[in-house]
Amino acid sequence: MTALLAAVIGSAGAVAAQDLAGSGSLEVTGWFQAPLYPGQQRVDVSLMLSPELALEWADQRLLVTPFVRWDQADPERTHWDVRELLWEYAPGNWELRAGVGRVFWGVTEFQHLVDIINQTDFVENIDGEDKLGQPMVQVGIFRSWGSLDLFVLPGFRTRPFPGPGGRPQFPLPLRPELAVFESAAGRGHVDVAARWSHVLGPADLGLAYFRGTSREPRFVVGTDAEDSPVLIPHYDQIDQASLDLSWVAGAWLWKLEVLNRDGAAERFAALTGGFEYTLYGVAGSSTDLGLLLEYAWDERGRFGQNPFNDDVFAGSRLALSDVSGTELLAGLGLDRRTGAGFVTVEGSRRIGNRWRASLEVRGFFAVPPTDFLYPLRGDDYMRLQLERFF
Amino acid sequence: MAHVVSLVAAAWLTLSLMGAAQERTPEERGLAIATEADARASGWHDSTAEMEMTLVARTGDETVRRLHGSSLEVDGDGDRSLVVFDSPRDISGTAVLTYAHPDEADDQWLYLPALKRVKRIAAANQSSAFMGSEFAYEDLVGDELGKYTYRWLRDEPCPGQAATLDCFVIERRPRADTSGYSRQEVWLDSREYRPWKIDYFDRRDAVLKTLTYSAYERHLDRFWRAHDMVMVNHQTGRETRLHWAEIAFGTGLSDADFSTAALRRAR
Repeated sequence: MTALLAAVIGSAGAVAAQDLAGSGSLEVTGWFQAPLYPGQQRVDVSLMLSPELALEWADQRLLVTPFVRWDQADPERTHWDVRELLWEYAPGNWELRAGVGRVFWGVTEFQHLVDIINQTDFVENIDGEDKLGQPMVQVGIFRSWGSLDLFVLPGFRTRPFPGPGGRPQFPLPLRPELAVFESAAGRGHVDVAARWSHVLGPADLGLAYFRGTSREPRFVVGTDAEDSPVLIPHYDQIDQASLDLSWVAGAWLWKLEVLNRDGAAERFAALTGGFEYTLYGVAGSSTDLGLLLEYAWDERGRFGQNPFNDDVFAGSRLALSDVSGTELLAGLGLDRRTGAGFVTVEGSRRIGNRWRASLEVRGFFAVPPTDFLYPLRGDDYMRLQLERFF
Repeated sequence: MAHVVSLVAAAWLTLSLMGAAQERTPEERGLAIATEADARASGWHDSTAEMEMTLVARTGDETVRRLHGSSLEVDGDGDRSLVVFDSPRDISGTAVLTYAHPDEADDQWLYLPALKRVKRIAAANQSSAFMGSEFAYEDLVGDELGKYTYRWLRDEPCPGQAATLDCFVIERRPRADTSGYSRQEVWLDSREYRPWKIDYFDRRDAVLKTLTYSAYERHLDRFWRAHDMVMVNHQTGRETRLHWAEIAFGTGLSDADFSTAALRRAR
């Protein structure tokens, strides 16, 4: 890999363009309730730095995005990652990418069900939108019948979780270092994936297949060296087929994600879908209001570890087309079976030309022990972030 | 009796001949002028540009946005464009891919660089302000010939800097009822059919905004492009200035450069 990169850079000659982007941020988090477990804090301060460097020449490009975070309360949240170290070659209607990268699949807002390529950086944020870099070699071709992307994914990354000083915690201590891999190759297993996507007028359709190590750990109660009960993540080998579809009709945007996952331990289907309806220029101004409604279903129900197994989500997204690009997103989720609920409010606005301030408030209510959100019941929080862009 | 019949026949024949040589209706003349302007501005195949947008508040405070993009002409359909935002830095890397269609809603996708996500969006928001500016989305992408009905109003000297030229003034009415305007008045010079000024009228038929073009440059010995545009909103007192730099034509772009895969790679 390094030799290939060196050869490419050496032969390229003068770099046609280079660009520095990315950001750094200061984050302060406060929890509304007292901690459930000893060692947890009420307030946390954290710093993050993630510059993005892009070098371009001819039909090639090199992207380098390191990431580092220091966290005052939780040493497990202090972490670094290579989000991207990717060489791209796109001469015309095909592309080749090699290195570490990020690929997003999906159309829904509340749960990204089919987004499988990258491992979730769960210590960054519990909403699953932050991901770890994934080693990959990808070939993509673009034709009149659509785009076809083929992936070889060498190397698996386990999911990071908050440590004993962090929030949320599970009722039993989680021991990621005792992780069990179904495959003897463990972290070295080479996974493969493919996705065909096509635009058919108002519809965007994608069909995907993945074979390899599941990014979602299955928690199993085990014992540690001292025979105390602990939670051990198990990473199974799976076959997953998925579909993602979005359909535009005027101000309506309809979305659907469906998957079928087949593994030795379990075999199930899951789906999520809904709509987003946009009201443009509400109250005569240039403010847009988007109304979202989505549903999530998991065939495993209460026998699986997915909290969103029979849930309804409703939300609204307000985007003022003002100079500061002010945005506000408010959402509510309810489990139809257990009655558990969560509320999320996110707002942000630009300050000056290079800064953005954001506020995120999340709360969980009426969560019974039978719902997989139970560990989060006492971890309602408010997070303020001040981000500086390069 | 035969005299009367032949007189009537002669008179009818004369009137018919006069009708054939008569001036076209204002609607026909307006459409002819708009069609000629469209024909002269077509045939560039593909282009790239860098643009700087300055928002001027009522107080005179200025905010600058930078973006760059490319466009592709499509036979028998509207243009395709890929626009990438460079500044303010918190939205740099955000990109919009548009397939314009003269007779139906445009197809549009948004690229969110933080998630590496391509998202199909509903393009029905023609009247929404583009990035907080005085330009609505339909002002920037709205020039497809079939989107309006036309009527010639008058001929007069061109406004402002172009006063040495003669202009046609035509009125155009958007066909879509989702447009924010009831009508627009466009000044096109009679020599090169370039727009110099557009008055936008709101739903109550009051003048809402005025767009002024200047700094025309000729590219490839054929295509005129204004490098400066100023949109003044008379009702809010705010103004947006556009400055186009680095316009290039025929750089060899194709469909593949305007696919959702290209959108994902956009920087």
